[in-house]
Amino acid sequence: MASTVAVELPHGGFSFDNCKRNALLEDKGFKAPKAYKTGTTIAGIIFKDGVVLGADTRATEDTVVADKNCEKIHYISSNIYCCGAGTAADTEMTTQMIASKLELHRLETSRKPRVCTANRLLKQMLYRYHGYISAALVLGGVDSTGPHLYSVWPHGSTDKLPYVTMGSGSLAAMAVFEDRFKPEMEREEAMKLVQDAIRAGIFNDLGSGSNVDLCIITKDKTDYLRTYQEANLKGVRQGTYRYKRGTSAVLKTEVKKIVLEVIDTQVKPQAMDTD
Amino acid sequence: MAMKGKDCVAIAADRRFGVQAQTVSMDFDKIFEMGPHLYIGLPGLATDVQTVSQRLNFRLKMYELRENRKIKPKTFMSMVSNLLYERRFGPYFVEPVIAGLDPKTFQPFIASMDLIGCPMITDDFVVSGTCSEQMYGMCESLWEPNLEPEDLFETISQALMNAFDRDAVSGWGAVVYIIEKDKVTKRLLKTRMD
Repeated sequence: MASTVAVELPHGGFSFDNCKRNALLEDKGFKAPKAYKTGTTIAGIIFKDGVVLGADTRATEDTVVADKNCEKIHYISSNIYCCGAGTAADTEMTTQMIASKLELHRLETSRKPRVCTANRLLKQMLYRYHGYISAALVLGGVDSTGPHLYSVWPHGSTDKLPYVTMGSGSLAAMAVFEDRFKPEMEREEAMKLVQDAIRAGIFNDLGSGSNVDLCIITKDKTDYLRTYQEANLKGVRQGTYRYKRGTSAVLKTEVKKIVLEVIDTQVKPQAMDTD
Repeated sequence: MAMKGKDCVAIAADRRFGVQAQTVSMDFDKIFEMGPHLYIGLPGLATDVQTVSQRLNFRLKMYELRENRKIKPKTFMSMVSNLLYERRFGPYFVEPVIAGLDPKTFQPFIASMDLIGCPMITDDFVVSGTCSEQMYGMCESLWEPNLEPEDLFETISQALMNAFDRDAVSGWGAVVYIIEKDKVTKRLLKTRMD
């Protein structure tokens, strides 16, 4: 009898099935939809007690702002966070992949993960794809050897520096850093500096905008301040555009009632059997 | 597009299926039901719309068999994201929009994705498709928080219809699903058929 439908069980890793077809479609003149880019300003700085990471919150689709408040500071482990610039899907998936690899590593070694380990995992993965995974990252954290800050480029090269910026707004942010960075700053001073650097990116770069997110990592704790500062407030709506009920003409209505499962749990006190 | 309301979500789409300028059919379904409270809209290349929805259905059924419970919308979003990112180099040309209520708490949830699976969760509305710029404009103007299901229906219908009236390759009918805790209302709208 003819073969049954081949069951496709997902088995991880990239699949290149559609490449030939897609190339053919593009030849025929099909315009593919664009991927979200983060077009970002991300920055990191090492201060006296740890690391401060900052990012803006705009995600763009060509020149249209797709997401006005997206999260660009990704969790790698409790003491390591990573800001991502470039293609949004790539930064999201790469940081998730490295986070899970690091977690498995942590379980095997029973030690708090080191920033250099995360760095090595990232650069090895990005180099394997020779820059096709467009993820430019600022990786920072505090481990047993102290605070560390790395910048990782899409082709797999990394730099270990006291202050780094990446993304389309990196020049604006770097200008602020170069002017005011000092080694061994205090926490408040460092936060103000990163915030100002990101603001420079938000107001001077087209690809960055909206709010500032900060993440302060020290030896004992991590503060993830989502929307630390709302640099751009949305205008207050002056009028309401509600339509009267019945404005839209309807051809056909189908109502599907959903039967909700009623799960009844009764908890009765029972004497413990201690014989 | 999808919008959040007060304890409800709405998802709507046009119904045209065409080959560039030629309209082939006016009853092409782009919104698929993935669970009693979970719907996904898939605009884009028609063949990929069907492939992705079928593959997704398969993965969802496997999940429900293994876990023996209904999937949460956020987990479903990760599942779609994973499916699309697997084909990062050679993507499916779809840009999904997900709308649903959490199976236990009935919290409304909406999200959208780009063609390689970057998730975007918002609290107001999500749009996707050829006339996305027009839809952004309409939604920004019309949406307000905490709309009742009836008002949400009017808002999303007007936003969708006025947006695709300004796009030559979208339109030819519209379908709107309003998903509430105890029922899902599917309405076909009377639109311009040009």
